[in-house]
Amino acid sequence: MQFMLLFSRQGKLRLQKWFVAHTDKVKKKITRELVTLVLGRKPKMCSFLEWKDLKVVYKRYASLYFCCAIEPEDNELLTLEIIHRYVELLDKYFGSVCELDIIFNFEKAYFMLDEFLLGGEVQETSKKNVLKAIAAQDLLQEEETPQGFFDDHGLG
Amino acid sequence: MKKRDIFQSIMPTPKRLRDLIREIRSARTAADERSVVNKECAAIRESFRDEDNTYRCRNVAKLLYIHMLGYPAHFGQLECMKLIASPRFTDKRIGYLGCMLLLDERQDVHLLVTNSLKNDLSHQTQYIQSLALCTLGVICSAEMCRDLAGEIEKMIKSANAYIKKKSILCAYRIIRKVPDLMEMFIPSTRSLLNEKNHGVLFTAVCLITEMCEKSPDTLHHFRKEYELVPQLVRILKNLIMAGYSPEHDVSGVSDPFLQVKILRLLRRLGKTDLEASETMNDILAQVATNTDTSKNVGHAILYEIVLTIMGIQSEAGLRVLAVNILGRFLLNNDKNIRYIALNTLLRVVQADYNAVQRHRTTIVDCLKDPDISIRKRAMELSFALINANNVRGMMKELLHFLENCDQEFKADCCSNIVMSASKYSPNKRWHIDTVLKVLVMAGNHVRGDVVSMLIQLISETKTLHGYIALQMYKALSNDFTQQPMAQVAIWCIGEYGEHMFSTNVEDEEPVDVSEDDVVKVVEKVLSNNNSNEITKEYAITTLMKLSSRFTSTVPRIRQIIEVYGSSTNVELQQRSVEYTNLFSKFDHLRPALLEHMPLLEVHARSRSVMEDEGQEEENLLGGVEATNNENNINTMINPPVPTEGSSILDLIGNGPSKPDTTSGGGAVDLLDLLGDLGSTPTINNNTTPTQSSGNNLLDGFLSPEPSHTNQMNGDSSLCKIVAFSRNDLLVEMMCEKDTEPNIVVINVKATNSSSTPMSDFVFQAAVPKSFQMQLQSPSGTNLPASNQGEVTQVIKINNTQKTQLKMRLKMTYCQNGNTVTELGEVNTFPQHLWT
Repeated sequence: MQFMLLFSRQGKLRLQKWFVAHTDKVKKKITRELVTLVLGRKPKMCSFLEWKDLKVVYKRYASLYFCCAIEPEDNELLTLEIIHRYVELLDKYFGSVCELDIIFNFEKAYFMLDEFLLGGEVQETSKKNVLKAIAAQDLLQEEETPQGFFDDHGLG
Repeated sequence: MKKRDIFQSIMPTPKRLRDLIREIRSARTAADERSVVNKECAAIRESFRDEDNTYRCRNVAKLLYIHMLGYPAHFGQLECMKLIASPRFTDKRIGYLGCMLLLDERQDVHLLVTNSLKNDLSHQTQYIQSLALCTLGVICSAEMCRDLAGEIEKMIKSANAYIKKKSILCAYRIIRKVPDLMEMFIPSTRSLLNEKNHGVLFTAVCLITEMCEKSPDTLHHFRKEYELVPQLVRILKNLIMAGYSPEHDVSGVSDPFLQVKILRLLRRLGKTDLEASETMNDILAQVATNTDTSKNVGHAILYEIVLTIMGIQSEAGLRVLAVNILGRFLLNNDKNIRYIALNTLLRVVQADYNAVQRHRTTIVDCLKDPDISIRKRAMELSFALINANNVRGMMKELLHFLENCDQEFKADCCSNIVMSASKYSPNKRWHIDTVLKVLVMAGNHVRGDVVSMLIQLISETKTLHGYIALQMYKALSNDFTQQPMAQVAIWCIGEYGEHMFSTNVEDEEPVDVSEDDVVKVVEKVLSNNNSNEITKEYAITTLMKLSSRFTSTVPRIRQIIEVYGSSTNVELQQRSVEYTNLFSKFDHLRPALLEHMPLLEVHARSRSVMEDEGQEEENLLGGVEATNNENNINTMINPPVPTEGSSILDLIGNGPSKPDTTSGGGAVDLLDLLGDLGSTPTINNNTTPTQSSGNNLLDGFLSPEPSHTNQMNGDSSLCKIVAFSRNDLLVEMMCEKDTEPNIVVINVKATNSSSTPMSDFVFQAAVPKSFQMQLQSPSGTNLPASNQGEVTQVIKINNTQKTQLKMRLKMTYCQNGNTVTELGEVNTFPQHLWT
């Protein structure tokens, strides 16, 4: 995978994970282009499209579009499964996840993604293990800034 | 108390992240949002300047949010450095995230990151190690790779699966970035496939795949030394045979991610190795048949199986299995799966043509799919599957598709239909019908040469001329806005109009069209604003042709044409004036001029060149133009060798009378001269059109005119003599003086009064040495029976010595399957022509 983008139906970016090196300017340009392309698709159309020399796989969950750019040799149908697995992880973590959860806890969405993918590849195929790791790290964070203190210090 | 502390204690705590987010979201306008963001950035900058450790992570988190909205945040980069250097986990977590988001490998500052990374990679807390590994996996630059590769290699050997798997993926990333570093990882990779942990297994397969991709040697090494293929086959088998494992199950499929990854590596290994491919055959078939396909995940695995089967050197049966899987995909309700199927079929159709043919009907059904990308692929695949056997059925479907298809496909679809029709049409009529249908449906999208190609095709198919003219008329009366169609139709009506009424082609209804109707339609096209210039030029010429082909419409046609004498379009005006002249002063020449077009041989040649009939054709073409090349001329047609040649020689002497095609040098034997003349009409047809555009066809046709007008301007003393009359062949000559001194122009007219037609009629003449003769192109080569038509030709004689003109004639033609040669002599040219 080269990158993953999450954006709303109005085209607002909610998460961007890049697995290739590009300058900020280039990233912005690519994001703009793809967002326009994907938002322009009609509901009857399939989830795959060709863009430059990459394949783009996208799926809409409620009000959020999950969009991945994969290489020509990659399996599109499996990418759909990867996207679905990520959504399931978020869902388990936040309890019935919605877009607002991802907006207000964007850093947690990133942490989750970083436990699931690394370098553009899946690192853990077991849902349980990913969630366990996240829980452990959250605990570490909480232990550092005890509960009463948490709201004023720390990330808040 | 230091000033700083006082300052700090009265500084408000930085806004909480979620408060900022809330505030930004409630901004009504972009300007509002900008002001909120700018205010916050200022506060954050202030905070950074004050070296606030406690809230640094909160501030950076806010900055990251602002960055995601699209605002610049580079002033936070150094702060990220400080965060990752902090001992607190919370700080590191945000700090590393910030590094991944704000830095890319081109920043200088991230060299500083390398130090922190090195430290954290050997941290005692695995989650901190994990943060470092994760970050390395995202932002590693070449230098970072080299610096930390050793560390990563050590960590691959860790006993901790959590760290192991992440390190493996870091190694994968390093190798992608700096392939030279691959060597050092190979030994530690060897044992990884013995692990039980799925995460480790999965990442190990990733790493090995990348190594094999990057280095064929390593691939070979793995395959041979490590016996990778049997090991992978075992792992895969265990996966699918083992019972339900809740941890890795996805909708009833056991760890699909791992299965697909293994299949992909197998593909890589089997691609160039037959033995490896054979080892895999069984497991591939097994997985293909055992996978539950009720959900997408099963299809994902089957898809990878198909790709693998097609990518290795598999046996035929397995390949057929793969194509059948794709065929099943095509019937699936899920459009994604249909798309995948069509895409993959397109890739394999050349290699597995027969297998794919079996699914042709399903593919053709996909032409009606609601998704445009599926339709597109179905169209491409359909064209790839057309062959001589299925061409009729396929064309029917594709024509139907063309009718309704999207604009962006129309041009491609048209070209492909026309090309396929040329390749596979069962007979001429079907071919012509099909191309006509294309023109009618999508005429404005066809490529330029379709018009001329169709005209060529039609002119070759003599038997269908009447039928075609009728079809064209019908199509034209329906709709003449499609320019290419209109052009072809108009041309056909012009050339073959008279056959329209006597058509008796099978299963066509009796004709209910009158000459008047036809003229009306052509007139409509001519006057319509939608017709482009070329179409109008065709139309006016067609009307002219019809004036000699039709019997009852001459006055009307004349009237229509005259109107264009004042047209603002120069082309139309010129034609109108010339044609009008033809009606008035030179009416007797009109039929001759408007004879049928000769067969467009140049096109035939270019077509046969395309069909690879070799050099001969090209030489022939060259031969036509390079008139000196006797050899070529001989290969084209064998003129009947005149045994009377010597007597002609005796009579007239050695003098070369120069025909149009001047043969090279010196005293040319009259026999040779006649040989030259006798070869083919094309030599004499120096004005035969050679270009493919329809317009030029007409130019070629029109160009004899100037010579006629020359005559017309000359002395009007015309005299008519009978040059030859025998065996129902009558050749008359009309002579007149030209404006230039000593030049006489002779119009030769040949007619056939027998009951059977004469074809391939060639007229040749020879004159004494003192004359110069120029023989121009004949109007045609066919003499219809019962004087229903004629062939005319123009001869120009220059009598420099003002002696009495004598002329020897030789005519050849085919009648009733026999070749006939006639010789004659004309001595009755009036003297006064040269006084």
